[in-house]
Amino acid sequence: MSRVARAPRVVRSLLAAGMTIVLAAGCGGGGTEEQPGSSASGGEVTLEFAQWWEPELPANALRGLMDEFEAANPGVKVNLLSGPYASTKEQVFAGAAAGTMSDVVGLDGAWVSDFAKQGALADLSAMMNDASYDQSQLASQVKVDDKTYMIPVVNFVYPMFTNQDLLKKAGVTKVPTTRSEFAAAAEKVSKTGDNASGWILPLSLEAPNGIQNDVMSWLWASGGSMLADGKPALTTPQVKETVEYVKDLYDRKLIAPGSLTMKEQDKVEEFTNGRVGMMIDSLSHIKTIRETNPDLKFEISSIPAKDGYTGKRGIPYASWGIGISEASEHKAEAFKLVEFLMSKDTNSKLSSVANAFPGNTGSVPDFVASDEVMKTAFEIYKNSVPANEFTGLPVAEQLMRDFDEQLQVTLTGKQTVDEMLQKSQDAWVSDFAQ
Amino acid sequence: MLTTPAPVVGASVAEQSLRGNRLRRGLVPYGYLSPTVVLMVVLMLIPIVMVISYSVMDNVILKKSPKLVGFDNYTAILTNPTFATAVKNTLFFTLVSVAAHLVLGLTFALLLNTRLLSSRVKAFFRVLYVMPWLFTVAIIAILWRLLLSPNGIVNYLLEVTGLTGGQVEWLSTPDTALFAVTFINIWAGYPFFMISLLAGLQGIPRELNEAARVDGASVVKQFLFITLPQLRPIIISMAMLDFIWTTQQFALIWMTTGGGPINRTEMLSTFTYKLAFSRYQFALASTSAVIILVLSMIIAFFYVRHQKALE
Repeated sequence: MSRVARAPRVVRSLLAAGMTIVLAAGCGGGGTEEQPGSSASGGEVTLEFAQWWEPELPANALRGLMDEFEAANPGVKVNLLSGPYASTKEQVFAGAAAGTMSDVVGLDGAWVSDFAKQGALADLSAMMNDASYDQSQLASQVKVDDKTYMIPVVNFVYPMFTNQDLLKKAGVTKVPTTRSEFAAAAEKVSKTGDNASGWILPLSLEAPNGIQNDVMSWLWASGGSMLADGKPALTTPQVKETVEYVKDLYDRKLIAPGSLTMKEQDKVEEFTNGRVGMMIDSLSHIKTIRETNPDLKFEISSIPAKDGYTGKRGIPYASWGIGISEASEHKAEAFKLVEFLMSKDTNSKLSSVANAFPGNTGSVPDFVASDEVMKTAFEIYKNSVPANEFTGLPVAEQLMRDFDEQLQVTLTGKQTVDEMLQKSQDAWVSDFAQ
Repeated sequence: MLTTPAPVVGASVAEQSLRGNRLRRGLVPYGYLSPTVVLMVVLMLIPIVMVISYSVMDNVILKKSPKLVGFDNYTAILTNPTFATAVKNTLFFTLVSVAAHLVLGLTFALLLNTRLLSSRVKAFFRVLYVMPWLFTVAIIAILWRLLLSPNGIVNYLLEVTGLTGGQVEWLSTPDTALFAVTFINIWAGYPFFMISLLAGLQGIPRELNEAARVDGASVVKQFLFITLPQLRPIIISMAMLDFIWTTQQFALIWMTTGGGPINRTEMLSTFTYKLAFSRYQFALASTSAVIILVLSMIIAFFYVRHQKALE
């Protein structure tokens, strides 16, 4: 082959190699070269808003609200980064570590403590003070070391669902309001045959939120607490009573089989299919239950409290929270978006479409007037104290998993409740120290 | 006679161009290799080096300026009782899976290689037997969760035939969970062995078996002294690959039991994942990952040596 022919080949191969390097570098370093999150060009600010809400809302519901915000704030655009809950979580955690978190982020209360310690979230208390924001309109705020890092935008509460047909068949005429009534009802339902169970308890270690929603809810409903001065307090008589109650139901086989690896969606499925008399679950599942089994007659009510308890009942809740990235270059505009979402009208609209309860105390969602079940739920919500002690705790999911592992050992009869609580307490103390 | 410098200059120009040519020619192979090399460096070498460096630091990623802690993380992981449980479970899960894959794969391959059935019947069974391998892990996990659920078909069939009392919690009982996930993995993985061994069986010259038959060898003897030795290289390669893959099985365990109940199905993969994404202990997770890497490399070493011996 002649030199003339060979030379371009060498050039071509080197060029190809060079392009590959550029391509690889472009793939690998794309996130770090850009400014975190936002961009500003020609006096216009674009805010990035990462959340898992858009896929869970009707089409265009959130985008519509953002359009309203953009119309009210000329020069500010909002870019929605939407994904399912789990991938948003991974994205936000990666962003927090790399300093590339979106300007405004959807938050779960369980993440806040870790992000605040990392310094990834902006202090909202200071921003609210600077803007002279009226904080009394907020139903709740999630704080770490007395500084607000997350504001719950809408709340999903977890009341007790009862399958009216099953209860009727079992001869239970009144929805149980105390623990002993609940146990009696669960026993009657379990004895009806047809593989029906009184209660259902998901304890999968993969997603251990059953500890929060289905176990600790019993404690909170009776005014109990798993913390003392913000530190773990699991060896108290009230926690012991709660765990003993759950173990008693388990030992008497009143709980649907398969608990130890069951997940939340399995719980909802079993209830929807009419195999379970009672469950504690999020109101956000009402739509799914109705769509999947339109014939199922169910009611919702407060979680039963221990016999003789007369105080206000705690009701577990989960939030769609909002926070601002410390790395954001447009904190002022980001705060405007937070203010907008928390305003009375916007919050009413958002909670209406999300089937959730508003984070603004003045907002009233539409469904309260149109849906009987949701109306009852709103009554329960107003008469209860929203309680979720895991919100704002460090490595909240790991705390649930530690407790879950020990509870599983106890339920399978390999240790006593006292041993379990002591071991969980030790594990939590060590988790808190991290 | 005077010599003019011209030829010298000419010689040096020629020499230079020769050297340039040689250099270019020497670079060409590297030019061709470079895309692969760059990809290997970016996608493999850099991440591996990063993970190894994370494993000797205190909590990386979450701390802004992590410090070097030497082998503290290794001590912490190796003395963790859950890690020991995960190693034991992983070994049980892997050894039983590989052995069962081999036996089932070989049995089905022999059945499909028979000359007693028509090719249409064989094609039907070939499709049937290969089915488990066509499903993705997510489908397999959901399928078996439904089949093995207390109200599932498996329990129904066992109850109808009177073998159990019904409502057995296969995946949720500490005594049965590890067996259940191992069974699912066996079901999902045997076709890979079956297909490869079938290809191997079809490559065995018929003359060997015919000669053995003429010499009066029984079917068992033919299998032991002709079929097995002929398949040996494939069997060893497949077993080693399967061993490496099965030790790394994560998705199936995560989607069926999440490592539970208690820690009866905790594997090295789920243990590492929980450290990283549930405890946010990325340094400890990296340490665990490095330990798994070393273990995998030992197996890979034997695999490569075996492959070289074949050449």
